[in-house]
Amino acid sequence: MCPNTRVMNTFAQTLVSPPSLPAVASDAAPRRLPGDLAIWFFILAELLAFGAFFIAYAFARANSVELFNAQQLALDRNAGAINTILLLTSSYFVVRAVQAAEAGQSRRAASWIAGGFACGMGFVVVKLFEYVAKFAAGVSLSSSTFHMFYLVLTFFHFMHVILGLVILGALWNGARKGRYAPGNMNGIETGAAYWHMVDLVWLILFPLVYVMR
Amino acid sequence: MHNQRTSARALAVHHSDHGTPRRATMIWVILIAATIVTWTVGETGGSGPAIVGLLFSIAFGKGAMIILDYMALRRAPLMWPVLALGWMTLVCSLIGIAYWKGLGA
Repeated sequence: MCPNTRVMNTFAQTLVSPPSLPAVASDAAPRRLPGDLAIWFFILAELLAFGAFFIAYAFARANSVELFNAQQLALDRNAGAINTILLLTSSYFVVRAVQAAEAGQSRRAASWIAGGFACGMGFVVVKLFEYVAKFAAGVSLSSSTFHMFYLVLTFFHFMHVILGLVILGALWNGARKGRYAPGNMNGIETGAAYWHMVDLVWLILFPLVYVMR
Repeated sequence: MHNQRTSARALAVHHSDHGTPRRATMIWVILIAATIVTWTVGETGGSGPAIVGLLFSIAFGKGAMIILDYMALRRAPLMWPVLALGWMTLVCSLIGIAYWKGLGA
């Protein structure tokens, strides 16, 4: 038998009866989507909606670059960056909450969620100050195309932050009562997934609206 | 705690789907550092295709970390990380195309 035939035979054999997988692989956890399937379809729908807004903004900007660049300069980039840091930190706290619940420490999870909630509230306060300053400066939906996009995009996101805070409040209450534990992670995983989506969307919104020029 | 024993038993068979606190903390540090870079670009008034490329590469990297680690889609059925990362790729690419179009305007 020539070496090539031998190789082919070995290959054919592996196709018919694959060699048994190493022990490690059989111990590996199966792939699993955290939380409710429904929340992930909801998240996909949200991502599509935000995506459509972002792309509309980008192409509207392409038609009036000078106007967008000039009015973007007047935005409060410090407020935008502080809000990015608040959302990222909030997401981190929520991850730690999920990890604590996964380790059977529901009360500790409640503390982490409270931290995440506080950062989310920080975002709301910073955003409100930003809006007040903008409205005082005469910015409105009809003052320019840039302002229309700035207000619609950030307010649409702001409403998602508010809903996220309501969800975090419910999770905090559940965790405080010891509701989440290994084997009962659905609620906290579902809420956490939504909150991370709110963060994810802001990660594009910030460079797009506040920085890109 | 009232259910410590059950928790310990459940832990023995439960595979972690959410990584370790240490990894989550490292990712947070990277995310904050990346945000400071974007902030600095904004404050120094950086502009042009190279800067915008950098901004959205950073945004993509941050988004990928949120998707794979914080959302824990790394261990989800492949369709989900592919959809989420596909969304990031599509949005960032179209923003890039629109930016390019604006350069010629």
